[in-house]
Amino acid sequence: MDQNQRFRSLFVWGGGALLLMALPLVFSQNTHLSVLSRMGIAVVFALSYNMLFGQGGMLSFGHAAFSGLGAYLTIHALVLMNKGTLAFPVTLLPLVGGLAGMLFSVPFGYVATKRSGTPFAMITLGIGELVAAAVLMLPGFFGGEAGITGNRVTGVTWLGIDYGSQLQMYYLVAGWAFASTAAMYAFTRTPLGLLSNAVRDNSERAEFVAYNPKQVRFLVMVIAGFFAGVSGALATLTYEIVNAESVGLQSSGNVLLMAFIGGIGQFFGPILGAILLTLLQSVLSLFTPAWLLYIGLLFLAMMLFAPGGLSSIIVAHGPAWRAGLMLRLVPSYLAAVAAGAVLLAGTVSLVEMCYFLSDTGRPASLSLAGIVVDPRRPGPWITGGAVLLAGFVLVHFAAGMVSAQWQRLRKDLNARGPLRRDARLAQAVPPVAEVQGTTT
Amino acid sequence: MSTVPALELEKLRKNFGKTQIIRGVDLKIERGERHAIIGPNGAGKSTLFHLISGRIPLTEGQVRLNGETITGLPSYEIARRGLSRSFQITNVFPKLSVIQNLRCALLWAHGYGYSFWHRLSALKRVNERAEDVMTQIRLETRRDALANVLSYAELRALEIGITIAAEPQVIMLDEPTAGMSHSETEDAVELIRRVSEGRTLVMVEHDMGVVFGLADHISVLVYGEVIASDEPAAIRGNRAVQEAYLGTEYA
Repeated sequence: MDQNQRFRSLFVWGGGALLLMALPLVFSQNTHLSVLSRMGIAVVFALSYNMLFGQGGMLSFGHAAFSGLGAYLTIHALVLMNKGTLAFPVTLLPLVGGLAGMLFSVPFGYVATKRSGTPFAMITLGIGELVAAAVLMLPGFFGGEAGITGNRVTGVTWLGIDYGSQLQMYYLVAGWAFASTAAMYAFTRTPLGLLSNAVRDNSERAEFVAYNPKQVRFLVMVIAGFFAGVSGALATLTYEIVNAESVGLQSSGNVLLMAFIGGIGQFFGPILGAILLTLLQSVLSLFTPAWLLYIGLLFLAMMLFAPGGLSSIIVAHGPAWRAGLMLRLVPSYLAAVAAGAVLLAGTVSLVEMCYFLSDTGRPASLSLAGIVVDPRRPGPWITGGAVLLAGFVLVHFAAGMVSAQWQRLRKDLNARGPLRRDARLAQAVPPVAEVQGTTT
Repeated sequence: MSTVPALELEKLRKNFGKTQIIRGVDLKIERGERHAIIGPNGAGKSTLFHLISGRIPLTEGQVRLNGETITGLPSYEIARRGLSRSFQITNVFPKLSVIQNLRCALLWAHGYGYSFWHRLSALKRVNERAEDVMTQIRLETRRDALANVLSYAELRALEIGITIAAEPQVIMLDEPTAGMSHSETEDAVELIRRVSEGRTLVMVEHDMGVVFGLADHISVLVYGEVIASDEPAAIRGNRAVQEAYLGTEYA
């Protein structure tokens, strides 16, 4: 590693740690801290998921089984600590969750990793269903529908830190999230980490360089199970309750959305996805009952126009950034943002009016961005439809501007000749698939 | 000195359904030999490679590597015993860079197995060897390029690089120069000659210039049977071979 890289990695990790420490200075309210904690938990979960999917090529539909079972074992440990039968520091409870996640991923992983591709995905779906059913069928251990509750202010405390406050809880999550992220990043730079990429790319060839692909997949799944368990334990300590939801398919699907929206091709992709989706879930749900629909639309739009996720958009700008040509893109991007805003306004107004009419216990009037409208009359619908239509037209033109700008940029970048470090991006692609179908 | 052959095939048979593809192949390949397997299309040359390297199971017979029976072993076990092969259709890791492709080929042989406690960047011997192989296959300017953006000739070079990186005792190349231009073929022959020095080489090849330039022993496979196995000069003069194969293409 040369000096430059050393400095860069110090900057990224040191900066990340400082940011985590400083965030409560800005977001000091308990509700804000709780959202931040949820983000940290989601980041660990999404990264552990991407260890399987993005890096190992294993599309799993049952990852919540491992975080959820980790959560259940953690709450049992917590309950024992509450009763005084177990003396253990709460700070280290995520380790219990991690080991539990790992323990369960041994038998389940052994079965699932015998296969790859679609059969693997189907087996994990089965495992997810199996665990979700078992949780409800064995209420003695899993607490049935109601779940199990505990109190995190318990056990062995150090330096007076008892996690009684939301702030202390945030720092516990932040600390574990940081350590887990660093560990998972380090994993990508080990022999097994590289081999998991190799097996993802071409498992047959991996066999001819002396590796057993099943063994590689199994080990990756067990390690991913550990970090899933850590995230489950952190969730347990944050909410002090574990119920059937924690192992459910909803949660397994959610982590898949996070990884996809953030981008599975880069290590940091799922971090972005986890932060964005948690933010949308906690903030958007305050403003509108239609929040799930908006998340669905976001996912659709991402998959259509930027299938590599947010991180791929960032990475695609690397060559332009290094060549100092970013400014050229700005005008067309501003146009695209403005056009997108019109399209969004049209969509939101129509969706909200639909929801308003279908809501039986609706309030007297609907207020859209401060404008009071009456969805029982045709006027607002016509206006909303017109805005939506205008949005489509504007987006169409803006996309044309963006793609023209990119074509010029690509030409100039190629004329300069690919820099060595840009070799893998030599065929710089626009981050957004061209809307008019002029894709090269 | 009686030495154990590097590779020994005994009554090898392979049926796909009722079709007999390999019909009783006996072959001894001595250590240090450069052995070419030639034959018309559909003779079963690639299938023979797949049987030896464990890619597909054989119907009958034995394969011995340095005297040890490897029949029925999974291909990764065979690779661990020092037999490394390339593919006719390029078979690399498309989303890994050139240097990472080569590292993958080295890790097991250097004893790192499934380690997740070593840092790749700290594995000095692996990294030096990977750079070394990269220079040998002349891809040093493409070090960090992903394999899926390489040109055809570059991919063929990488394919050979992955095969020979770990310095296997037995190297099996399946049509290494297929689709290459004249000058690329010359480079490839030079490379193969260099890396197979002191090792056993088995190759399937259609380019007779390459075969007669490199091999010191040639076996002719026709319809799943070895009809001749001898030194190049003797093969050239063999009547049955001329009739079955060479006559049409190499008279």
